[in-house]
Amino acid sequence: MSTELTATPAQTPAAPETTRGVPVWRPLTDVVETRDGPMLVLEMPGVAPEDVEVTLEKRVLTVRGRGRNPQPENLRPAHLEYEPGDYERAFALSEDFDAERIEAVMRNGVLTLSLPRAAEAQPRTIRVKAA
Amino acid sequence: MLNPMTLYPADPFALLRRVSEALNRASFSTAAPVFPAVNVWQNDEAAAIIAEVPGVEPQDIDISVKDDVLTIAGERRAPDLPEGASWQRRERAFGRFSRAIRLPFRVDSDLVEARFADGVLRIAVRRPEADRPRRIEIKAG
Repeated sequence: MSTELTATPAQTPAAPETTRGVPVWRPLTDVVETRDGPMLVLEMPGVAPEDVEVTLEKRVLTVRGRGRNPQPENLRPAHLEYEPGDYERAFALSEDFDAERIEAVMRNGVLTLSLPRAAEAQPRTIRVKAA
Repeated sequence: MLNPMTLYPADPFALLRRVSEALNRASFSTAAPVFPAVNVWQNDEAAAIIAEVPGVEPQDIDISVKDDVLTIAGERRAPDLPEGASWQRRERAFGRFSRAIRLPFRVDSDLVEARFADGVLRIAVRRPEADRPRRIEIKAG
């Protein structure tokens, strides 16, 4: 057994109990700053694209993913290293983004969010008239 | 008469061991992370190996079997970043990985079926007919 990967921080449950009876994990996230704006990459294995919910409210971007992890039938667990569950993580944004223009792509259990910086968010100077 | 064994569980160290295991889990930051995380389910006739491989393309995964060992190997490629991009936060890891799982029986590559969906790899393995335990009849002699 060998792995050449660098250290991965372990996932920590955000909430101990849920109504669905599965744990809620904090997805591992990469944040990349591009010229057009920040890009967030979240790992949510077991979550189908239609089960992802992204909301933006008052500069808080929240990502929720509902895991679909059917257990094998007629088999008993022999060795378990992870516990399938749901995912949730919130990000506080430092500026305003247009929710309509946020692009979300889910592929192979990885959600990529592109947040293009709004052109109208550029600072507008207000001219002061002499009275 | 009061039997002292009814008051105490069969294993007097069960609680101690449970606490110790919980502490071990809590100190996961010191343990070397293993990728991918694998869950193995089995019975006498079949086994299921489920691995979390988010961000890995199915064609980058190699599954091989030899005797009773199943190996999952592959590579998780780092995303191509556009020019002028810079990392702000890095929690995910990339690179080559390999994991070997010993199964309770010898595996025939024809009896292995792998499916991949949403970053989860599910491998179903059936035990070959010839390898199953057979009952031997005793003849009267």
